[in-house]
Amino acid sequence: MTQSDPRFHVPAPHVRPGDTPDFSHIAIPPAGEAKRPAVDVAGPETMDLALGLVRVLDHNHQAVGEWDPKLTADQMREGLKHMVLTRVYDDRMLKLQRQGKMSFYMKSTGEEAVAVAAAMALDNGDMVFPSYRQQGILFARGRDIVDMMCHCISNSRDNLKGRQLPVHYTWAEGNFFSISGNLTTQFPQAVGYAMAAQYKGEKQIAASWIGEGSSAEGDFHGALVLASTYKAPVILNIVNNQWAISTFQGIAAGEAPTFALKGQGYGLATLRIDGNDFLAVYAATQWAAERARAGHGATVIESFTYRADAHSTSDDPSGYRPKGEDAIWPLGDPVERLKQHLIGLGEWDEERHEALEKELNELVIASYKEAESFGTLHDGPLSPVSSIFEDVYAEPDWRLRRQRQDLGV
Amino acid sequence: MAKMNMIQALNSALDNMMEKDPNVLSFGEDAGYFGGVFRVTAGLQEKYGLDRSFDAPINEAAIVAMATGMAAKGLRPVAEIQFADYIFPGLDQIVSELSRIRYRSAGQFTTPVTIRTPCGGGIRGGQTHSMSPEAFFTQIPGVQVVMPSNPYDAKGLLTAAIENDDPVIFFEPKRLYNGPFDGHSGGALSSWGAHPKGEVPEDYYSLPLGKADVVREGSELSIITYGTLVHVALAAVEQEGIDAEIIDLKTLVPYDIETITRSVNKTGRCIVAQEAPRTSGFGAELAAQIQEDCFYALEAPIQRVAGWDTPYPHAHEWSYFPGPQRFINAMREVLEA
Repeated sequence: MTQSDPRFHVPAPHVRPGDTPDFSHIAIPPAGEAKRPAVDVAGPETMDLALGLVRVLDHNHQAVGEWDPKLTADQMREGLKHMVLTRVYDDRMLKLQRQGKMSFYMKSTGEEAVAVAAAMALDNGDMVFPSYRQQGILFARGRDIVDMMCHCISNSRDNLKGRQLPVHYTWAEGNFFSISGNLTTQFPQAVGYAMAAQYKGEKQIAASWIGEGSSAEGDFHGALVLASTYKAPVILNIVNNQWAISTFQGIAAGEAPTFALKGQGYGLATLRIDGNDFLAVYAATQWAAERARAGHGATVIESFTYRADAHSTSDDPSGYRPKGEDAIWPLGDPVERLKQHLIGLGEWDEERHEALEKELNELVIASYKEAESFGTLHDGPLSPVSSIFEDVYAEPDWRLRRQRQDLGV
Repeated sequence: MAKMNMIQALNSALDNMMEKDPNVLSFGEDAGYFGGVFRVTAGLQEKYGLDRSFDAPINEAAIVAMATGMAAKGLRPVAEIQFADYIFPGLDQIVSELSRIRYRSAGQFTTPVTIRTPCGGGIRGGQTHSMSPEAFFTQIPGVQVVMPSNPYDAKGLLTAAIENDDPVIFFEPKRLYNGPFDGHSGGALSSWGAHPKGEVPEDYYSLPLGKADVVREGSELSIITYGTLVHVALAAVEQEGIDAEIIDLKTLVPYDIETITRSVNKTGRCIVAQEAPRTSGFGAELAAQIQEDCFYALEAPIQRVAGWDTPYPHAHEWSYFPGPQRFINAMREVLEA
């Protein structure tokens, strides 16, 4: 069978496995170039920000332009610490998954700033509806690492009673909603939550995160129309990490030049930002949060970043993209960039960084030891078997009571 | 003949049909270049081109609707929904559109779409990668529902589904992709290589929709099931030494009532089994129909083996999964009554 030219258009990435990684087609505007409008600006007036790229850290790792959030060295060191912890944790958990300690894992390598900086710019009381790649929020909000691990290895201390896949965290105390494995379902939920907070007269806002591939779902459009219609105090984040498992971003983007631009069709405020620039993510989130809290409505933020590792432990990226792309991503590594910025300010150095990595590595190893003392997926102890019948309803009905009896637990 | 696992057999059916009929197209999330997360569509894009095997945006409703539109124009699209758990955003397009085009247009338009989707648990997939939602689809007049239990049937039935002039929802029990699974979670994994149904012709063939197989003849009781549980039932029967007859339905809509009634009229005792939650599952339909058609032959109440009425748990997957012991309990119950 001979192949002919495709009879309808199917987008394809510039390069595939075996090719040389190449991002020369990606236009990167200079840092500091984007204007920072007032937070009460009308959505359509942010069109240029949907097409540009908000960047604060320049090639020399200096903070420039109107979007510089002017954080203190302490704040930036804290952000760096959370990002390094996220990375160290992810690396350790991947190793443990490979050793069979958990069924599944998803890293967020390369995307640490997207989660950590946003979480730091929000109030801890703001409700987040993350996808499965924003574990950085939990570190920024100070969740206990042992608790996180107990969830991932589904043991007796898993606060989700072994019901969810690893990394599908829930932490009500930390205003962290229950993560769904289904895509984009929580985008419109975040809008509803934000509307309820407004209804109750609270200053709380909501934020949600999806991947760029997920922006193709109908729920994406549902969220945007709701957010626009009801002017909801919500931040809708699209993390454009270039890859939806094996599918390059062009399959979801089509002819749209950016994902942020999709918000313009709904009249929403739109920002496209350098997702590997901690300060840009912080500044954009801070802007959107202030806008939402002041009653000026929702913001769509596209964080332009790169998924440096596999989608999950179930796929091998060498089957769909060239090796080494992460090393030449034109926007660099978020950890390295913030680190160099702090070093440039004289507020950090290599020795302290190394010491930090060592300290966090030891913390993660010690935390895992402690987590394992509460059981492991394979050897237990787990939550009691009878717990599978709990929480289906407020009270189990006769069917569940009978089924539990049938199971003999 | 070749040794094939279920993934290879499904791939072979697609390959044969795409070779044979230029109107057959295959698409879905990650189903083009990469060949699907379970690799069922591997190699098809390379062989047949970008416009015959391609990646779709993550929008199940749009995928089903696109297939419907293509079918109305005379194509025979095969759409992959990555996991059956993800099919629900597409449900409106299936319930209100795809299934009814023939009826509401009085036959002026038809939509011969095949929707392939991996289903079932036993892979530590948690609640979003483990569901068996087949019963939902048996409630939709206008679609046929298929679930094979081995590579040979998978290929023949997928071929028939693609050739079928009505839409087919084709469930692939993913626990069976790489080998027959008997429900003993800790046991050694067997492969299709050693199984007679792992012998699959490389050339085109099709198997009729709507026909069940008696996979084990027996006299004491009848077990009516499909998909993964066919193998679990076989293991339980061997383990317990009961002379049970086991029927693999293969097609749920329309199900093979003749084979069922012949068996139940012979044995007088019946178990229906599904992996999905118990309430309003497909077993409930089977039990109702069997009592209508075989009431005077029945010597005991029909027993149901099913998943619990809970979401599919992650850590306690094997307490949820209806394994051999649950079959043994049901067999004892139905024999003692």
